[in-house]
Amino acid sequence: MPAATYHLPHLRTLEAEAVHVMREVAAEFERPVLLFSGGKDSIVLLRLAEKAFRPAPFPFAVMHVDTGHNFPEAIEFRDRRIEEIGERLIVASVEDSIRQGRVVEQTGPRASRNALQTVTLLDAIREHGFDAAFGGARRDEERARAKERVLSFRDEFGQWEPQRQRPEVWALYNARIRNGEHARVFPISNWTELDVWQYIAEEQLEVPSIYFAHEREVFERDGMLYAVSPFIEMIDGERAFSATVRYRTVGDMSCTGAVESSAATLEQVVAEIAATEVTERGQTRADDRVSEAAMEDRKRQGYF
Amino acid sequence: MSTFVESSDEEARELFRRLTERPADLLRFATAGSVDDGKSTLIGRLLYDSKQVLTDQLEHVEQTSQRMGHDFLDLSLLTDGLRAEREQGITIDVAYRYFATAQRRFIIADTPGHEQYTRNMVTGASTADLAIVLVDARKGVLAQSKRHAFISSLLAIPHVVVCVNKMDLVAYDEAVFDSIVDEFDRFAARLEMSDVTFIPISALHGDNVVERSTAMPWYQGPPLLYHLEHVHIASDRNLIDARFPVQWVIRPPSSSVADYRAYAGQVAGGVMRPGDDVLVLPGGQRSTIAAIDTFEGSVAEAFPPMSVALRLSDEIDVGRGSMIVRPQNQPTVSGRFEALLCWMSERPLDRRRRYVVKHTTRTAIVGGLEVRYRIDVETLHRDERATALELNDLGRVRIELNAPLVFDSYRRNRTTGSLIVIDEATNETVAAGVILDTEVDELEPAPKSERSPNVRWQGTRMTRDRRWRALGHPGATIWFTGLPGAGKSTMAAAVEERLIVAGQSAFLLDGDNLRHGLNGDLGFDEAARRENVRRTAHVAQLIAESGTVALVSLVSPYAADREFAAKLHAGVELEFIEIFVDAPLELCEQRDPKGLYARARAGELAGLTGIGAPYERPEDPDLVLGTLEESVERGVERVLELLAARDILRDAP
Ligand SMILES: Nc1nc2c(ncn2[C@@H]2O[C@H](COP(=O)(O)OP(=O)(O)O)[C@@H](O)[C@H]2O)c(=O)[nH]1
Repeated sequence: MPAATYHLPHLRTLEAEAVHVMREVAAEFERPVLLFSGGKDSIVLLRLAEKAFRPAPFPFAVMHVDTGHNFPEAIEFRDRRIEEIGERLIVASVEDSIRQGRVVEQTGPRASRNALQTVTLLDAIREHGFDAAFGGARRDEERARAKERVLSFRDEFGQWEPQRQRPEVWALYNARIRNGEHARVFPISNWTELDVWQYIAEEQLEVPSIYFAHEREVFERDGMLYAVSPFIEMIDGERAFSATVRYRTVGDMSCTGAVESSAATLEQVVAEIAATEVTERGQTRADDRVSEAAMEDRKRQGYF
Repeated sequence: MSTFVESSDEEARELFRRLTERPADLLRFATAGSVDDGKSTLIGRLLYDSKQVLTDQLEHVEQTSQRMGHDFLDLSLLTDGLRAEREQGITIDVAYRYFATAQRRFIIADTPGHEQYTRNMVTGASTADLAIVLVDARKGVLAQSKRHAFISSLLAIPHVVVCVNKMDLVAYDEAVFDSIVDEFDRFAARLEMSDVTFIPISALHGDNVVERSTAMPWYQGPPLLYHLEHVHIASDRNLIDARFPVQWVIRPPSSSVADYRAYAGQVAGGVMRPGDDVLVLPGGQRSTIAAIDTFEGSVAEAFPPMSVALRLSDEIDVGRGSMIVRPQNQPTVSGRFEALLCWMSERPLDRRRRYVVKHTTRTAIVGGLEVRYRIDVETLHRDERATALELNDLGRVRIELNAPLVFDSYRRNRTTGSLIVIDEATNETVAAGVILDTEVDELEPAPKSERSPNVRWQGTRMTRDRRWRALGHPGATIWFTGLPGAGKSTMAAAVEERLIVAGQSAFLLDGDNLRHGLNGDLGFDEAARRENVRRTAHVAQLIAESGTVALVSLVSPYAADREFAAKLHAGVELEFIEIFVDAPLELCEQRDPKGLYARARAGELAGLTGIGAPYERPEDPDLVLGTLEESVERGVERVLELLAARDILRDAP
């Protein structure tokens, strides 16, 4: 028996497991939805869905929660990608939630729509009757995520109750929920940032241009570089300058920091990540810096 | 602000090539230890010394260490998420961590070791290739270490590493390490554990974690990380029994792709290829694999853990919950089986509640759930009076479902042998279970052919009488039992030679030889030994039936197993002669022809009969041969006399 030759490299093992999760969820939930932001993690999700269900169409819709403060490059990419794969995109807009009075826009130089999108997301889930939402969160992103389940349950208010999470043994997922509840599903839980980039490179997936080094007007705040944009006010002492930067995550322009980098190709990005010395979140998400427990709190409120 | 290592195009390409081309595989391991054994420190040390700790995390550790007044880096802070929770009394669960070296990618399932958390260890261990059990050198093997070892063995984790930690606090003393190894081995001998490695470490100072320790020159083995990088895991998968649980049917609307229908799933066992004959269970339809599809196109073979889609050559009824297998190698299809459950819910097992079982991609309603016994995980004692299971209890149950499952025993296949139990009212996952192989694991012999009830014995026209008369002698089985080194094989071989030379067909079935092939998949725990005896008894019976004298040389330490062999022969009226080759343990140990005793004494071999496992002396054997006081020649004479008296010898020509 040439047993040892049946070797599956680690990325393909992670891929096979993620595909398994997607098929389980498609089979056991009534109305799943895949959340797609145009960011690298959700780009991987889309590819995994193709792997799981082609040549048939996805057995679920794709949805983006649009804050209205996204990078234009990301939105442009989002629409093009959806067009290419021939799937249906639902856009849930924070702008609409504000207009309808569901949420109130924050003001001031540190205003962000990050917290607001939770309400928009939950409203959309309710409106469309979704009972499972695929997201691209990974356990390596942040300490509070290290114990997150692949299937994470939310009550009828979208809240995450630590006590009510179910043990996950083997690859046997318990997908039972009650009316009104829903699950967040994280097929790439076990992937690291490097895995994601390596996968994007191996699969030759396109990503929005802001992930690569480019020239941009930025200013420095709290040790991070922010894009100069209509969505964020500069305060005294802050000064715009031009720098060669790239982004490690695609979030709102108002709260996503850039890193100085000259990595202009996928290979260089992978090489850079492999040699990186700072975690992705610690480096570029202002909202995670607010408090150590930031993530945990937001998770309870229904954020990813 | 952080700075990046500037990499030139050339360097980037090189690094990228190394990353993508190295055939890295994935090793999952679970860590278990009692509170304060140093588990967090060990994980922190692994991450830190293998350079996986990023600047911002390290700053946090430095600051906190200072704040706490330490003069060293408290690496346990890297993974202290759980500790904080423990103190606040909220969720305690499994936390996953990731790191990689040039050899492998690792996923750590970090499970809190508090004694209440059997459930967490089961969760973390369920998918583990390897378990690290931490033992504090000062405290020795505690009840909880035993619990961890027991759970590792129940969940069939293929590799166990016992890290004896805090060696710095016992002056790096070899004797302390040795006595812990001894004690652990004694306990492990009662369990089924195939690969146990012991490593003396100091997580705090880094000895033998990533770097070899200079403080323990007496330790010859590799440091922990080296072991993790090199332990052989490729053959832990079952590549023999083809098993493909269907998850989902891919059926595009005919407007896009005409007549396409494929069954999607993840290979749970075996290797599947286009052209293979297959059987779909539980329905029983047959077909052939027409193609194995992936997003990239068709592939020539699929093996675990690949996710693929199978197309079959026939239009048959296959849906989610079906399992595609090979006709000549079938799992069990039944709605009744026994399982070991780990109860995971605050609400105890209650037979009035409605439960469902999820197994592979099938779900069935529980009709009957009877607790046979509860197991005390520290003493391995069975409480037969138990009627319920509570949070963190382990127990053996009989389950009856309203629909059949398609399963293997967990020992045979971790995917097709595992299940969860869900409470229908709360949707909670209340238990995790492993399916037992009732024939092997059952103490009382299983009802005949329970697992293949539809297989009929093929009669032939040749009767025993005609056969034996034509050959000129009858067949029979002579069963030599006794301690390793007692002289069974020597005696049996000598008898074989005498019979053959005299023109009588005889054949030696040597236990060691059988373990190379037929019984090569079996270990040495009680269940495996029972199965070893069961198979050997069946082979001997067939040989005896063919008119040959089967000479079995097998330790066969348990009276019940030998009785099984005797009854098997009695059931078909074949002679069965039990010979007890009796030699004192001291003598066997002194002879030690295979060096087994020496290895057992050195702690390298767990469960050797006579040392780490019991031998039950036959109460009423047909013959006792004392190899201490009598010669081989004399013994052979006595065996032949007995055969003559029983009319088994060939009539002189
Ligand atoms: N002297 C010594 N102390 C250790 C060692 N490993 C851990 N410790 C200490 O033991 C205590 C408990 O360690 P920790 O890793 O938090 O244990 P956990 O509860 O198993 O995670 C801490 O004070 C550690 O510094 C070791 O190898 N030697």
